[in-house]
Order: sequence, then structure tokens, then C-alpha cells
Amino acid sequence: MAQSAAVDTQQQYNYAIIKKFSIMALVWGVLGMAAGLYAALELAYPFLNFNIPEITFGRLRPVHTTLVIFGFGGSALFATSYYVVQRTSQARLYGDGLANFTFWGWQLSVGLGALSYMFGITQSREYAEFEWPIDILITLTWVAYFWVYVQTLRRRSQPHIYVANWFYISFILATAILHIFNNLAIPVNLFSLKSYSLFSGVQDAMTQWWYGHNAVGFFLTAAFLGMMYYFVPKQAGRPVYSYRLSIIHFWALAFLYMWVGAHHLHWTALPDWTSTLAATFSVMLLLPSWGGMINGIMTLSGAWHKLRTDPIMLFMITALSFYGMSTFEGPLMSLKSVNALSHYTDWTIGHVHSGALGWVALISFGSLYHMVPRLYDTKLWSLRLVYAHFFLATIGIVLYITAMWVAGIGQGLLLRAFDDQFGTLAYTFIETVTFLHKPYVVRALGGAFFVSGIVLMAVNIAMTIRQAKVEQAAIEAKIASKLARA
Amino acid sequence: MSFFKHESIEINAGLLIALTMVVISIGGLVEIVPLFYIKNTIEKVEGVRPYTPLELRGRDIYQREGCYLCHSQMIRPFRDEMLRYGHYSLAAESQYDHPFQWGSKRTGPDLARVGGKYSNEWHVAHMINPRDVVPESIMPSYPWLMENELEYSDIADRMRALKKAGVPYSETREEYQANVEKFGREVADRLNILAAEQNLIAEAQAGNFDGDRARLTEMDALVAYLQMLGTLVDFSQYEEGHFAEFR
Repeated sequence: MAQSAAVDTQQQYNYAIIKKFSIMALVWGVLGMAAGLYAALELAYPFLNFNIPEITFGRLRPVHTTLVIFGFGGSALFATSYYVVQRTSQARLYGDGLANFTFWGWQLSVGLGALSYMFGITQSREYAEFEWPIDILITLTWVAYFWVYVQTLRRRSQPHIYVANWFYISFILATAILHIFNNLAIPVNLFSLKSYSLFSGVQDAMTQWWYGHNAVGFFLTAAFLGMMYYFVPKQAGRPVYSYRLSIIHFWALAFLYMWVGAHHLHWTALPDWTSTLAATFSVMLLLPSWGGMINGIMTLSGAWHKLRTDPIMLFMITALSFYGMSTFEGPLMSLKSVNALSHYTDWTIGHVHSGALGWVALISFGSLYHMVPRLYDTKLWSLRLVYAHFFLATIGIVLYITAMWVAGIGQGLLLRAFDDQFGTLAYTFIETVTFLHKPYVVRALGGAFFVSGIVLMAVNIAMTIRQAKVEQAAIEAKIASKLARA
Repeated sequence: MSFFKHESIEINAGLLIALTMVVISIGGLVEIVPLFYIKNTIEKVEGVRPYTPLELRGRDIYQREGCYLCHSQMIRPFRDEMLRYGHYSLAAESQYDHPFQWGSKRTGPDLARVGGKYSNEWHVAHMINPRDVVPESIMPSYPWLMENELEYSDIADRMRALKKAGVPYSETREEYQANVEKFGREVADRLNILAAEQNLIAEAQAGNFDGDRARLTEMDALVAYLQMLGTLVDFSQYEEGHFAEFR
């Protein structure tokens, strides 16, 4: 019976593509986070650059961001969105071949991108460093993704499109717009990998940060809210807390996010009206962000006891808590007076990691722990390892962000300190760099905790898959022997 | 609200997609499009010109090495930044920057006005090993800049690409004349795409940025770029507060 049920879901849904994306999410996660840890160590101990061009900080940092955002985050999103759209539509994924194309297109883009940065091929636009040939490959992949997703929705056997899918749809659409407009560039010639961006100066900066912040807003937030809206209720065994709240916060979030990018450009040569407008919308954005957090956390009402026994639930609720915290910190940092101190410092790096590690990574870990055993029709190999992963990750995040608060706020204060008597600058720039050393060591330690956590997860998932294969073989052997006897 | 039910969106994928597109398009349209049309977005100042071929190659190398990840090129209008770096940056000063290099993080100091602040010899020593001149520095060493010959065979194509993006490099007689009127003859000569290679070699020879006349290295180009940063506008020409009206 167990086997026939399993075969049915394997045929009813395209699980093969989800398995591939899930495994690659972990592969890129381990590589990308390890690259981040190494980059962090380079800042604490610069001899680690070893005079090797390919691994100097300036080239390694985009490798880190690309592997974790697009490799780990992107693959986790492909995997979960393909799972969610099939389960909530009760329909098989459209176009096996096209879905496979999205897999190979995406993996190739991420891999080639990371390699190209090590060889100095870059557009030098943060989180959009891919040069033009890879940008074209990403565009094709993304159009295929959109098509697969929408065609699957059209096959749904339910009249309603479940809320998780709204978020995934908005993420796919927004990412397409952002990617295309931020990467408008003119290649040096058809055989050159080098290109120059179409816009310059002020307009270029605005376009880039409109992209940059919405990569956070839609890629790293809206899409992961889609993940949250499916996996949190499933794991909790409770319906979403408020359907009405999800409607309001979805539209508000989609509308407001696109306005806030210019808060990365306070006090620059960008006109004041633009960055002021962005700051205003950033403050308003607190409401829909917390709408999502409240909706997620309150879904657990009546089932809070699960936190005592279910480590996957721990991941999800902690993720939502970090989401709430970093979406409070964001509006705070978008205020001009706060930004005057925080901009250009490690506070920003800390903020982005409280979101990226605390929210994005933890909700992905939780969702993958929920989903992978179901894909393989088995149980997780070890729940104790999940606990260990949870504590390693959480301790790592706390070390990371507190170190970055100290580094960022500290450096900001030192840079603006004046001598009381003479009104001259109290510190030279290099004195503030010396101050950063200790926080940088603590940050790297936090990173090491986090990396060891995901390594445990990779082991646990690998063993789970192996265990599933053993179980499957045992069932097949049993059936074969029964048939032989009959 | 009895005439509209949200349910009608929830059961119609096409409608959901269309409305989402409308909602996510507005912010970018309102904030980005006007920047191309509002005239005082970019100040009118004397002196800002496109990069010479050698500076352009230096700028390419600056991007290749990811310098922008630790160094900003955007001085904000604060007292401490004025004392440390100089006059705050103008939009006009990056009008030929494709892409912009304002940066987002200062692990090292701002470089918007680093030009002329240190000697060529200092820059070369600093690039080869930063700790030789600043013992506490955490910047990586870039010894290969001194070893690598500068590649400039496609310099004309690079300038042509930038020209397509709106940078006034000249190819025709008319374009050259327009540049003479706008920037003066000396600058216009250096913006001529047809003479790009000769200009690049001549500038490296005359400047001798890497201290080695025998070779044309990547160091030549990078130092040439660093030494011109922030030097184009003569702020003593303008009254204090003149630029505030553009903000």
C-alpha cells in the first residue's frame, strides 16, 4: 500500500524537478556561506587574500552574495514554488521539458556568474554583477519559469488561487521587471564579455538601488512569504490566522516596496525629493511587513506546544521573529538622521544578514526539512541534528548581528567625532579600521556557527535520501518475493 | 464595497497578474522617470569631461577588482566628510559614469576626491602592498597590477559602446568640433576615438604613473584614473552655497 500511494504522488506531481532544485539549494548554500565566511576572515586577517587575484575580497564578495541569494535562495524558491503550486492547485507541473530548462538555465547562470567574478568579469552592480550574456540566459530562464508557473495555475482543480501563489507570482513578475531594466547595457562588442550600463551617474544609481532594494523586497521577502504561507500552516496543522490580513498586506507590500530603494542614496547627489519619498514609503512599509509576520506567528495560536517538540516549527517561528525585527530595523535605518550614521558602515551589513540569515535562510531550512521527506516518502534521518542545526544557526546569527552593530555604530560615531577644543576630526580613518578588527573576528565566528549548521543539514538531508532509497528497495524486494511465491 | 469582491481576483490568474503588474510598476515610474527630465537634477558646472582612454581602462580595472565594494565615491554634505574628503559630490561629477561607482560601504575611505592627494609613487607602493605605507590597513595587495601589461586593443570599441550610451566621444569631424566648443581643443583631442590608442600610449608615457617608463602596465591605467578623481571641478570658482539650490 505504502508503495502504491508513493508511486501515485510521484506520477500525480512532478517531484523530480523539486528534488533537483532542493539538492542544489543545499549545495549552493554550503558553498556560498563558506565563501562568505572566508570573505569575513579576509577582512579580519588580510593575509588570507594570499595575493591570489581570484580570491581577493573584492572578487569573492560577489561570489558569496550571488551563491547565497541566487544559488541557495533562488533554488529554494524554485523548489518550494514548484511544490506549492502543484499541491495547492492539485495539478501536475506544466511542461516537464520547460521545467528542466529552468533548472539547467538557473544552475548554469549561478555557476558561470560566480566563476566570472573570480576572473574579474563583472558589471559592478551589487547583486546584479552578471555580465550581459548571463543576463540574457537569466531572462530566458525567467520567462520559462513564469510560463511554467502560470500554465500550472491554469490547470488547477480548485477555483481559488491560494495566497502563497500570489506572493510567488508577484516575485516572478517583479524580478523580471527589475532584472531587465537594471541590466540595460551596451556590450563593447559581440565577442567581448564587457559592457557599459546604459544609464550614468544619478539615474544609474537610482535604477540600481530600485533594483537592489527590490531584490530584497521581492526576491528575498515576497517570495519567502509565499513559502511561509504554505509551509507554516502545513507544519503547524492550523489554517492561516487571517485571510483578510493576507489580502491587505499582500497588496500593500507589493505596492509600497517598489518606492523605497532610494533610501540607499540618502545625502548623495540624488535629488532630495526622491530619497525623502523613499524614506516615507519605507516607514509605511513597516505595516504590511508586520502584517505578514503577525499572520505567520498567529497561525500557531492554539498549537504553541508544538515548539516544544518540533524543531522545524522552531525554525519557522524564529524566522518570522527575525523577519519582524529586521523589518523594524529597516524603516529605522531609512530615516535620514539615522542613515547619516549607519550608511557606509557595517550596520547595513548586519541588517541585511539579520534578514538574510534570520528570515530567508531559517524559513528555507524549515521548509526544506518539511518538504524533502515528503518528496522521498520517508522521515527525516535525524531530528536531533535538526535541533543542533537550529541552535548553531541561531547563535551564529546573534553573534553576527551584534558584532555588526558594534562595528557599524562604533565606526559611525568615531568618524563624526570632533576634538572639543580645536574642532578638528578626533580620529583618522585608519583608526576606525583598527577598531573594526575585534567585531570582524566575532562576525567570522558567528558565520562559522552558521556554516557548520548548514553542513549538518546537508548531511541530514543526504542521509534522509539514502534512507528513502533503502526503504524503497526493501519494499520492492518484498513485493518481488511475494510475486515469486504466487 | 458590495460591487467588488476580492474573490474575483482570487479565481482569475490573468486578473491577478495584470493588477500585480500595475501595483508594482507605479513606484519605479514615479521615482526614476522624472530624473531624466527634471533639469536641475544635474548641476551646471565647468570642467566635467568624459574619461581619457587611459583613465577609462583604469576605471575598468577598478571595477574588475571590486574596489567599489569597500570604497565609495560619494561625499555627503556633512562637516566630518568635508574635513576628511572635501566638497560634497555633485551629480554632475558622475554624469559620464557608466556605471556609477558611488558605492555603498566604506571599509576604506571615500575616493571621490582622492586625485592629487598622494603621489604616484605612494599609490604604486600602496597597491603592491598597502601595509608598506599604512601598517594597519586591511586592504588586499594588488601586485599583479604592476606585472600585467595593459590590454588596450579594444579601446576604440569601448569608447564606441560608451558613445552609444551617450558619452560625447567623437568619431566624425562635426562631433569633434562640438567637443572643441564644449570642452576646449586639448580635451576634445583626447576624446577622439580615432586617435584613442595613440592618446592612451602618449598619456601613459607623459604621466609615467607606475614609475616604469619601459612598460605600459595596468598600474599605469589605475593610478591615472585615481589621480584624476574629483579634480575636474574648481570649487573656488563658485560662491559658498551655490550648489545648494540644486538639491
